Amino acid sequence: MSEVSVMDASVEVSKGAPNDINDRILELTELVISARSGTELVPLVDGLSLSLNRGETLCIAGESGSGKSMTSLAVMGLLPKPAVRITGGAINFDGRDLTQASERHMRHVRGNRIAMIFQEPMTSLNPVLTIGRQLIEAIQAHSSLGNREARQKAIEALNSVRIPQAEQRLKQHPHELSGGMRQRVMIAMALALEPDILIADEPTTALDVTVQGEVLELLRDLQKTHGTSIVLITHDMGVVAEMADRVVIMQKGRLVEQGDVADIFARPSHDYTKQLLAAVPRLGDGMRKAALQPTKVEEKEVLLEVDDLCVQFDIKGGFFGKTTHHVHAVNGVSFEIRDRETFSLVGESGCGKSTIAKALTGLVPSSGSVHLKQTTRDASGLVAATKHRDIQMIFQDPYASLDPRMRVGDLVSEPMLIHKIGTAEERKARTAELFERVGLHTNQMENYPHEFSGGQRQRICIARALALRPKLIIADESVAALDVSVQARVLALLKELQEEFGIAYLFISHDMAVVENISDRVAVMYMGQIVEMGSREQVFSNPQHPYTKKLIAAVPIPDPSQRRQEFSRLSDEIKSPVYKVGQLPHRVPLLSLGNGHFVSGDDFDSVSQHVAA
Amino acid sequence: MSLPISPDVVAGNASSNPAVKTVWAQLLARPLALIGLFFVAVTVLGAVFAPWLTAFEPNEQMFDGLSIEGAPMPPGETFWLGTDLLGRDLLTRILYGARTSLIIGIAANGIALIIGTFVGVVAGYFRGWVGAVLMRFTDLMMAFPALLLAICLAAVFSPSLWIVAMVIALVYWVQTARVIFTQTSSLAEREFIDAERALGASTSRILLRHILPHLVPTIIVWGTLGISTTVLLEATLSFLGVGVQPPTASWGNIIFENQTYFQAAPWLVFFPGVAILALALGFNLVGDAMRDILDPTQRGRD
Repeated sequence: MSEVSVMDASVEVSKGAPNDINDRILELTELVISARSGTELVPLVDGLSLSLNRGETLCIAGESGSGKSMTSLAVMGLLPKPAVRITGGAINFDGRDLTQASERHMRHVRGNRIAMIFQEPMTSLNPVLTIGRQLIEAIQAHSSLGNREARQKAIEALNSVRIPQAEQRLKQHPHELSGGMRQRVMIAMALALEPDILIADEPTTALDVTVQGEVLELLRDLQKTHGTSIVLITHDMGVVAEMADRVVIMQKGRLVEQGDVADIFARPSHDYTKQLLAAVPRLGDGMRKAALQPTKVEEKEVLLEVDDLCVQFDIKGGFFGKTTHHVHAVNGVSFEIRDRETFSLVGESGCGKSTIAKALTGLVPSSGSVHLKQTTRDASGLVAATKHRDIQMIFQDPYASLDPRMRVGDLVSEPMLIHKIGTAEERKARTAELFERVGLHTNQMENYPHEFSGGQRQRICIARALALRPKLIIADESVAALDVSVQARVLALLKELQEEFGIAYLFISHDMAVVENISDRVAVMYMGQIVEMGSREQVFSNPQHPYTKKLIAAVPIPDPSQRRQEFSRLSDEIKSPVYKVGQLPHRVPLLSLGNGHFVSGDDFDSVSQHVAA
Repeated sequence: MSLPISPDVVAGNASSNPAVKTVWAQLLARPLALIGLFFVAVTVLGAVFAPWLTAFEPNEQMFDGLSIEGAPMPPGETFWLGTDLLGRDLLTRILYGARTSLIIGIAANGIALIIGTFVGVVAGYFRGWVGAVLMRFTDLMMAFPALLLAICLAAVFSPSLWIVAMVIALVYWVQTARVIFTQTSSLAEREFIDAERALGASTSRILLRHILPHLVPTIIVWGTLGISTTVLLEATLSFLGVGVQPPTASWGNIIFENQTYFQAAPWLVFFPGVAILALALGFNLVGDAMRDILDPTQRGRD
């Protein structure tokens, strides 16, 4: 009975989509998934009804804790039983209710009829087996193909996900492939058996933005050729706009809105959807905002001057562990940060941006010189006390960067204790003040880090960084792990604090949209070197270096009307700056274009060539 | 090296004394922990009040302690747990033996834990050549038959209770060091340790305030498991003649003295065996509960 009313509802909202019952391949009806907590059952997904049509891409969007991943696991029959189980509703697939299906039937469905790819391509492949072995195993698990035919099918699958030299790749182990390649192997594995439905749970979240575009394009092409229905689970509204036919927005286990992708983006009806869309950082927002405010032309004093910073790591090999290669993680980087400005380092994973942060805080040994206003140090040992006081760091992962066995109040006052500032009462007062300033309650000071959400923890990290009244705060991907709405609030807080306390930020990020929103000046890094540097306007409105252009073009735009047909592709995999001992890396000289805009003289390809040599 | 812990931190800890009370209260609230505490308490009380609990002397050979044929007496009215081969009261020997076992289990095991934790933490945090030297030495100790080493050491020093405790500590720290080393080296890689270093925290502060608290569960579990192991090791050494010297009673040497008569007089092996088991189980139950209580991330989870 309830089924009928649900279908009515979906017909009402999904106008334009094919409504033929025969086209409907998967249907969830009033699905309830609960977790046991003591004797109580807490619903994680509460009365979710949705349907998926053949050949359609349905995006389930929502922030962490919205139950979107639990829904996909429920469809696959992979819920972590007995702690979490389905306590109501039905999942109809191919005329059967999967909630009632036997494990034997589910094994047949999984992989064969409904396949799934996970967020982390690093951990979802078995590291000790070759990818060929894993692919062939997956194929043979669901078919009676012989070894040779299965192998042939595996090669075809790799070819279809555009992996070059598929034959040789079969013999490689997962660690020999890059993240993007591994995710393609996962897709190949999922699609080798031509399932009816592919569930992709955050398939591009762990990938670099240029690689993300390729993977999304691949999913789209494969859908066209195979007619697979895709359920794409994501928190990234840019990806939703790029991929979805229909969108389901979830919040706290409930469906808050569903509809055609164009409708959702153009006319969101639910408040939560509106908030979610408003929180998404968009390229160009920063400049628009800046245009509204009168720009004060003021010459700010230089706070930090980094000159010819180099960091290299050794790779040891051979029987006696001799150093055979060097990784030139940071290779002659020079830049300066002025008082009260936000300077961003942007680039993809492995470009050396985080290594710079570590070098500046003395966590890795480096060479070159770093001048912090009035103090000088060779990179190995600036007067330690002032360095640790004036430069503070906020790490990427708020779950990992707080000692889980300390009370958060102690964590925030610890920097003052380390540097012997104030009496116990003064420290306590200052801690309380900081708690209030970053938007936390002082009565939470006795709690432990795990009792807070991700956004709150990042606020604790910010309070901790502020404790010593630093001049510079290094924020290393500090908002990357947060939900968009939380991210927006944390960014706003950082901006407020900058004005209030006169702090400069070194903001390290891979997210071009976030960088565009908050930076005064931007440096683009590639393979351990800066390839372009300038003010936000210069870099984003007038990018000169081909790599900068590619990065900007690859950012998914949260607007379905600007959906791209083709994503820009890099000519090849991004290489890592590994050189043999004695071989010196090629340095790209920076040429001035005037007004503080610098671009490397050599283009992108020549950098790659030097690596290949 | 002076520790950078200023007095107010200690004051801060003192103010959290209510938390200590709640640990005790929490311990009492757990049925399994209560059972464990009961076993431990019975052993401790038995050891302390042994002279008042029994009418006999531990080494006193009773005339009526043996049957006409010279066989030990089974449990009965006079001798509650029977007598041993020499006609001594078994209950009395077990009560006095508890002293030996507790000293070995706590002292030897405690020393082993301290050495093992120190070596493991230093090697795991500093790595490099310091770590390499320490861990290779640990490997060497591990490869060397522990019993042989203990016999050699015991032969060099004249055996006494305290020497036996030292010898056991010297062979037993190795396992602890291995486990602590692995834990420390993975902890040292965690981001919050990087965060502390970026703040300028001194090494001793990082080790004492940030690494050590995370090792507490492991230390407690190893410590309680170690009690049973060391008690058994003491028994083995006593049997080989290099442990606690007769006539001093220890649970181990009671078993080994009498094991050949196991079929004829099973109580001689059964009762001290039960005592060892109860003590080990008691410490394990208490240790398990302590580990859960001391982990703040477990709080409010049940």
